[in-house]
Amino acid sequence: MSAPDSALLSTRPDETPQAGHGGPNWLRVMLFAAVGVGTLSIVATMTGSGELTSSGTFSAALRLALPILLAGLGGLFAERVGVVNIGLEGMMILGTWFGAWGALMYGPWWGVVLGIAGGAIGGLLHALATVTFGIDHIISGVAINILAAGVARFLSVIAFTGTGGGATQSPRVSSSVGRITVPFLAGGDVFGFSTPSLFGALDRTPIPIIKEIGAFGLAFTNNVSMILVIAVALVPTTWWVLWRTRLGLRLRSVGEHPVGAESLGVRVYTMKYIGVTISGALAGLGGAVLVLEAAGIYREGQTGGRGYIALAALIFGNWKPVGVLMGAGLFGYANALELRSGESVHTLLLYVAIILAAFAIYRFVQSRRPMSLWPLALAVIVGWSYVITESVPSQFVFFTPHLTTLVVLAFFSQRLRPPAAVGKPYRRGQQQ
Amino acid sequence: MTIRGAVIRIIASLGAIAFSFGVSAIALLLVDVSPAEAFGAMLSYGTRIDSMISIVNRAVPLYMSAIAVAVGFQMGLFNIGVEGQYRIAMLIAAYVGAVVSLPAVLHVLVILLTAMATGALWASIAALLKATRGVHEVISTIMLNFIATGLGAWLLATHLREEVEGGLNVRTATIPESGHMPSLNPMLELFGVTVPGGSDLHGFVVIAAIAGTAYYFLIWRTRVGYDLRAFGVNPGAAAASGIGLKKMIFVSMAISGAFAGLVAMGPILGFYHRYSADIPIGLGFTGIAVALVGRNRPIGMAAAALLFAFLNRSAQILDFRGIPKEIEVIVSGVIILTVVIAYEIARRVVMAQQVRDAAAQLHQADPAAEQEVAK
Repeated sequence: MSAPDSALLSTRPDETPQAGHGGPNWLRVMLFAAVGVGTLSIVATMTGSGELTSSGTFSAALRLALPILLAGLGGLFAERVGVVNIGLEGMMILGTWFGAWGALMYGPWWGVVLGIAGGAIGGLLHALATVTFGIDHIISGVAINILAAGVARFLSVIAFTGTGGGATQSPRVSSSVGRITVPFLAGGDVFGFSTPSLFGALDRTPIPIIKEIGAFGLAFTNNVSMILVIAVALVPTTWWVLWRTRLGLRLRSVGEHPVGAESLGVRVYTMKYIGVTISGALAGLGGAVLVLEAAGIYREGQTGGRGYIALAALIFGNWKPVGVLMGAGLFGYANALELRSGESVHTLLLYVAIILAAFAIYRFVQSRRPMSLWPLALAVIVGWSYVITESVPSQFVFFTPHLTTLVVLAFFSQRLRPPAAVGKPYRRGQQQ
Repeated sequence: MTIRGAVIRIIASLGAIAFSFGVSAIALLLVDVSPAEAFGAMLSYGTRIDSMISIVNRAVPLYMSAIAVAVGFQMGLFNIGVEGQYRIAMLIAAYVGAVVSLPAVLHVLVILLTAMATGALWASIAALLKATRGVHEVISTIMLNFIATGLGAWLLATHLREEVEGGLNVRTATIPESGHMPSLNPMLELFGVTVPGGSDLHGFVVIAAIAGTAYYFLIWRTRVGYDLRAFGVNPGAAAASGIGLKKMIFVSMAISGAFAGLVAMGPILGFYHRYSADIPIGLGFTGIAVALVGRNRPIGMAAAALLFAFLNRSAQILDFRGIPKEIEVIVSGVIILTVVIAYEIARRVVMAQQVRDAAAQLHQADPAAEQEVAK
């Protein structure tokens, strides 16, 4: 058997940069975010592309980031218990189908529930294959992706033909879960009385950065879907469950050191089953969101590789909930800009060039090694292409997230820290 | 003992295939279709002459894709990027084929070499990222698939598409006659097979057979193949014996990409004669499945490719009988998962057997030593 043990083939050095305590280093995160958004705001003002930081763009970004965020959190649960979940895509597909079907049959909230259940079934299957039968995680994931597409197709033929849908799409799902506007922050109603809108007022000011804070805040508070509220709340919840509860400690211990965990009485198989099933459930919710929030219909191929992007966001975010949120947000933002205004993507090139240059200088100041200046070359290339081109071809915008992932991995893969035992098969009672 | 192991594996895979049909039968029963009728119709339609020719034609790209994946597997590398490698390679090769004019055989050769070189180059990006920056190949090849799709679309729209008055077509110009591969129908007729009209056995089958043989010799009869397998079985030992890991990452990804470049060449050289949007996509992912089911063996993968092609072709008849032909996807999906599980179980059975045999032999030779083994 050519069980590919890619972990052993990694050329990555063995050093462990930091023990992942899970909690983000808030101060640094906030600082980087402030610098990033501030620069973006200045670029937007200087070049006059207001779309770059408008509240419309931010809320579109959030909406587009949502499925990726949910699937990414799903990936987090699986990889934290040591199972690579490349089947996220398939589980999302199951989520889209069952989400649409549930919404059509019983109403939108049942769509959410059945979407979660559909994804969870995919997760359970993945757990059965990888944990009980011990087959390679990637192989099982690939098989689940193929199987899920087939199942969705077959079920569509049975359930949707003759009802206004067909083999590749459902009838329109018109019902939607509720939306809310937060009082005082975005001017929502309280007992029928309208309240002032803090973020709205900020958004209308002409001052850079303040304006962006308003726009950003509006995206999270003005006329947002209930699912969005739940999904954003899931980020701290995931962190709390995994890093602050007994169950979370057990789940993570299984992904770091299953033999040690078992010797301490942790039921490794049970923990892996729990993690991978939750993973499928979250991916399924991500799929349901696509149908219920974004498209209003189930369509074949609707997930469009978002399961894979979620995997990228997970790695990007260094296997931490806030990191996943930031990765998903970045992809959502690039996607939103592409949809809303192609020319602002062009302005984004200037922004990327500035950030790359700043990053290179920051590293140089820290390490004083000329080698750390090489992102500068990239900055020059990106900056140059901003100057000589008028617009970015839409085909290039399509793969921006994927290219970003590759570049980020090329820069940072040495500093990322995956769970120690991720991807490794584990048999009960095995020794080191 | 190895014969017994082989028998156990074959029984396991047949059992898994039977199980898959069982699951699909249940799915059919749930929608009030008689499984016997459905599978009977598939069998009788799938064994017609024109169907069999179509099955072979359909199996060829799957087989090429499986070989590409298998080269990586031998070293423990997952080349999920076959999809992107063949997409970009077929576009470039079809364009080059339409632009150059060369004598017949040479023309085909140039197209094939272009495809292989493009595939190898594209795959080398993932090798570069892995060897120099430690980026896992599964992630990088997935991302490169998307990039290949976008880049291909852009190249086609701006540089490579056929210029036609007033049309926005998404295809390259036609490859001239000298760059076509001949049909093998005359050979079939030589063997007394009457080929129905409209059926056409593509000449690329020969290339696929050569590729399968080349794969066999490369992996099991050359130094490079030995090194690849050494890394696949025991990376630590391979590195200790002085095989360069980084070099082997490049070698295996480049060879894998070269095979991947040929995936869509059968349909292009034998039928479409250009790059167009009609050429099937997703072959890279199916190739992973074929390689898994065929256990990375040249013959095994050929059998698996034919099996999937048979399911694909024979299911076409079901639509005419009002049965959802999508049952085919379920059959193949379940086959992939259960065959892999069956192999794993078979492996454990064989291993347990070997341990027992070894213990028994030791017992005959030296009962005291058996106690040691038991510990």
